[in-house]
Amino acid sequence: MSRTLSIREIYRWPTAIALVIVTGLLSALFGDGVWDAFSWLLLVIPLLLLLIFLYRK
Amino acid sequence: MMTAKKARTWYRVHKWTSLICTAFLLMACITGLPLIFSDELDALMQPHIPPAPSSANAPTANLDRMVIEAQTKFPTLHPYSLAWDDDEPRIFVNMSPSDDPKFGDIRTVVFDAHTGNLLEIPKGGTTLTYFLLQLHREIFLGLPGELLMGLMALLFVIALVSGVLVYGPFMRRLNFGTYRRNATLRTRWFDLHNLLGVVTLAWAFVVGASGIMNALSTPLFGIWRAQTLPPILAPYHGKPVPKHFSPIEDAVKKTSLALPKMELNSVLFPNDVYGSPRHYVIWSKGKTPVTSRLFTPALIDVETGQMIVAQSLPWYLRAIEVSRPLHFGDYGGLPLKVIWALFDLALIVVLGSGVLLWLKKRSTSLQSELDRMVHMESISGVTVQ
Repeated sequence: MSRTLSIREIYRWPTAIALVIVTGLLSALFGDGVWDAFSWLLLVIPLLLLLIFLYRK
Repeated sequence: MMTAKKARTWYRVHKWTSLICTAFLLMACITGLPLIFSDELDALMQPHIPPAPSSANAPTANLDRMVIEAQTKFPTLHPYSLAWDDDEPRIFVNMSPSDDPKFGDIRTVVFDAHTGNLLEIPKGGTTLTYFLLQLHREIFLGLPGELLMGLMALLFVIALVSGVLVYGPFMRRLNFGTYRRNATLRTRWFDLHNLLGVVTLAWAFVVGASGIMNALSTPLFGIWRAQTLPPILAPYHGKPVPKHFSPIEDAVKKTSLALPKMELNSVLFPNDVYGSPRHYVIWSKGKTPVTSRLFTPALIDVETGQMIVAQSLPWYLRAIEVSRPLHFGDYGGLPLKVIWALFDLALIVVLGSGVLLWLKKRSTSLQSELDRMVHMESISGVTVQ
């Protein structure tokens, strides 16, 4: 692509992912049971994203 | 957006902080991988005898008798500490030849908490996970090694921050998640480094920052002890060290009464190095997910059995205690440990690709590209976006 991205566009996804990770990390720390499961769910998202980006056509 | 000149500065910061800490970080990532599963590994390599089935509310057997029995098993050692198992009703009595035991010195006698029966005496010596932990935490160098690893963790965090700052300028013409699988090897490494680095960033930051805090825990705890103990010990100045100890049972009961919302974790016997030479130090912890990380010490005079003090640790030690699980990933069951391991593997790729990018310079290096951008900026007077 030739268009230059703005700073907001560049950091939009990284910021969203960082928020997902931090929420996931804290959820298991401050709760047990369902909060642990919530944490697994959130932390799997960035790992799935990596797979998608690495293996998409 | 930042100027090209600033981007070049941050690029240099990223390059040098990374290069200095990478070898240590790689070692920490590789040893850390099995350490995430140390509970499982320990259970696998040293199966233990389970306690008799009993109701959770059954009373605890007499602790003093356990200590006496442990003493008969190891007559040349002295009682060092006593600890409650987190998972099962078991009590560990640790015997040591000195107040500052090296690993392998300590022999443990395991008791059933409810029946008071001796369950087993695990064989002494080092374990695989302990060996890995020593390497991971202090490269077998003791406190200097621990502080060195702390410094490396600090450099790593600086590398992460500067990495985020140079991510922007390099991604101006690339969509998020770009991975040019058919491009040259170097371009693929570049994409891999950026993609894995930015996606795992928050995790890496948390593990790096909690690593710094862990490295500081030994000296900070020493400072706290040096500030707290002298006024408590002052009245005893010149008196001989007590020979006869008051019952641990009474000391533990007093502690439980003083801290009704907490549960007992361990007892440190009189100790010149890590505790007090004339007190039992009884550690209790909270019962909720967060407060179970927070330990409160109680000091009980070993002669009179009188409780001297039971107070929370200062904020900086509490912060270290709460942040500790964020480094190990052992606080959300096995799935969280697996997730931790996958993030760890991703970080190994980020570190490896970073080194490869540095080794395998492009025909036009990133540095010269930035130099060109600085030049453009200076002649046009316009910030390169």
